[in-house]
Amino acid sequence: MMSRLLTANTMRTLLPTLSLVAILAAIFYLQPRTMSYFGLNLLLNLAVPIALATIAQMFILCVNDLDLSLGAFVSLTACITATWLYDTPVLGVLALAGCVLAYAALGALIHLRNLPSIVVTLGMSFVWVGVAVLILPTPGGKAPEWIRALMTLKPALIPFPIIATLVIALIVHFGLMRSATGVVLRGAGGNPLSVERAGWSLLKVKVTMYAISGLFGVLSGMALVGLTTSADANIAERYTLLSIAGAILGGSQFVGGRVSPIGAVIGAITLLLTGSFLSFLRLNPDWQIGAQGAILILVLAMRMLINRSDKRS
Amino acid sequence: MRLTEKPWIWAWVGTISVWGVIVAISGLAAGTEVLTAAASFGTFFVLVAIGQMFVVTLGPGNVDLSIPACMTLASTIAMKIMNGSEAMLIPGFLIVVAIGLIIGTINFALIILLRIPPIIATLSSSFLYLSTAIWYNRGLRVKPPEALAEFATGKIGVLPLLAIAVLILTIIMHFVLHRTYFGRSILAVGQNEKAAHLAGIPVERTRFMTYVMCAVLAAICGYFLAGFSGGAALNMGEEYLLMSIAVVVIGGTSVAGGFANLPGLWGAALFMFLLVTMLNTLGLSAGYRLILTGAIIVAVIAISGKKR
Repeated sequence: MMSRLLTANTMRTLLPTLSLVAILAAIFYLQPRTMSYFGLNLLLNLAVPIALATIAQMFILCVNDLDLSLGAFVSLTACITATWLYDTPVLGVLALAGCVLAYAALGALIHLRNLPSIVVTLGMSFVWVGVAVLILPTPGGKAPEWIRALMTLKPALIPFPIIATLVIALIVHFGLMRSATGVVLRGAGGNPLSVERAGWSLLKVKVTMYAISGLFGVLSGMALVGLTTSADANIAERYTLLSIAGAILGGSQFVGGRVSPIGAVIGAITLLLTGSFLSFLRLNPDWQIGAQGAILILVLAMRMLINRSDKRS
Repeated sequence: MRLTEKPWIWAWVGTISVWGVIVAISGLAAGTEVLTAAASFGTFFVLVAIGQMFVVTLGPGNVDLSIPACMTLASTIAMKIMNGSEAMLIPGFLIVVAIGLIIGTINFALIILLRIPPIIATLSSSFLYLSTAIWYNRGLRVKPPEALAEFATGKIGVLPLLAIAVLILTIIMHFVLHRTYFGRSILAVGQNEKAAHLAGIPVERTRFMTYVMCAVLAAICGYFLAGFSGGAALNMGEEYLLMSIAVVVIGGTSVAGGFANLPGLWGAALFMFLLVTMLNTLGLSAGYRLILTGAIIVAVIAISGKKR
């Protein structure tokens, strides 16, 4: 009995990792040259901004909400990074801080007026794109030197994206999963009523979670510009769906504050690699989005099977 | 119930005030023309919003995010098969309905088999539909049959033909919602799923039919939209994700489920179109237009939301 329960539980935790290993093995098999420092660096080029965006989405999922504006928001912060932060760093920093504050305010609005997050964020996505278009009407801008330098670091032995995503995953893991504050924050997603009865302010929790999400959104935009060296108003459009899919692939549940930062980063990387995998397969690029959907459904199906075997035993 | 307590009244108040601004700026003649255009475009919003409204009414978490992909896939396949031939009009329409039936069934199957929230199920499946559409049409724009284009853009006096058809559909749906077993089941499930189940309402069958209906309406909307805009395009459904949800919510349907109304959909659809038109007439640049559109949507929803 106990051992079966353990296997089901372990398998649930291992599922994201197994998916990543499977896709990585498939890529190595198809294109052995990727199995090198240079190859991995190229494969995982965009891993850092996507991982950061996925973490941002995860914080929203944690309080039972969904952010459909994240892609637009990351595009906006990328535009600010490539223009104001480059030309007038002080103004740039203020603007990015303003973005984080705007997210905190959004959290307060959603909580106080009891609004559905998907509708509010869908509406806000227009606002973000609008501001981005005003700041950067045509693609362009320049990456600040220090971000460019950081994102193109070439540490010995292990490629930068691997180290960076690992650091991100661990920081969030210890902050959210292993700290006293983290328990309260997650508890607000699991059982808001009991958290409130215990004397914590749900408003503060929601504002905190949205602010953290905004912060990671800002970081994602900055990292993205560091890699692409310029920006445009729609640069991160795909990040909305990628971040949701990545967080869920990584084991985040949709309700109950059950999330996994390490899983989210793994999920994000898995989705990123799917693209390379398909091109190595010489599969028609038309199926790229479809394959991501299929992988998502597949993983959800496997998770359901594990859950069912768990219940039966 | 007083008029101001009707849930749909605010959408109409908004529509009339925005229209008032447009008339004040560009005169009554232009204002009337804008109204015809609003009826044309609003019709498509209403068509998808009817399906979305029934889905949303099922209760928290019920949203169909695959509407844009469904519209695109259905119209792409229909346009290519019809290949501009008028003899294929009816078969094309039947194909669209069949695709809607299939998509609705797949969506519901994912929800029920994987036990995942509808948002995630319809989001993942929409990737598959969109990919299929991309693969099937390779970015080509196939022209719709002449007769379909004529019908979709046709007018009786100032009223678009399609608007009249959808208006009739709205009235039918009003009765379906409030007077039929199916409609009242949806309301009951949305208000309290457990109570509905105990009262003997087939909860899952009701949900199944609702998701299928939503997909079929989206597919039909794609069919006529392709006729209206000279062919199916891969991005034709893009704005309909926000529109379908915004129109439902601004129209006074409860996002928590269980309470819905049809008149609000028309009010909200006209409001959304007139709002964008008003921002255009004010001569604002694209950036400000986007910001104001988003801000007004959020503001309307925040005002209509309930205090905690």
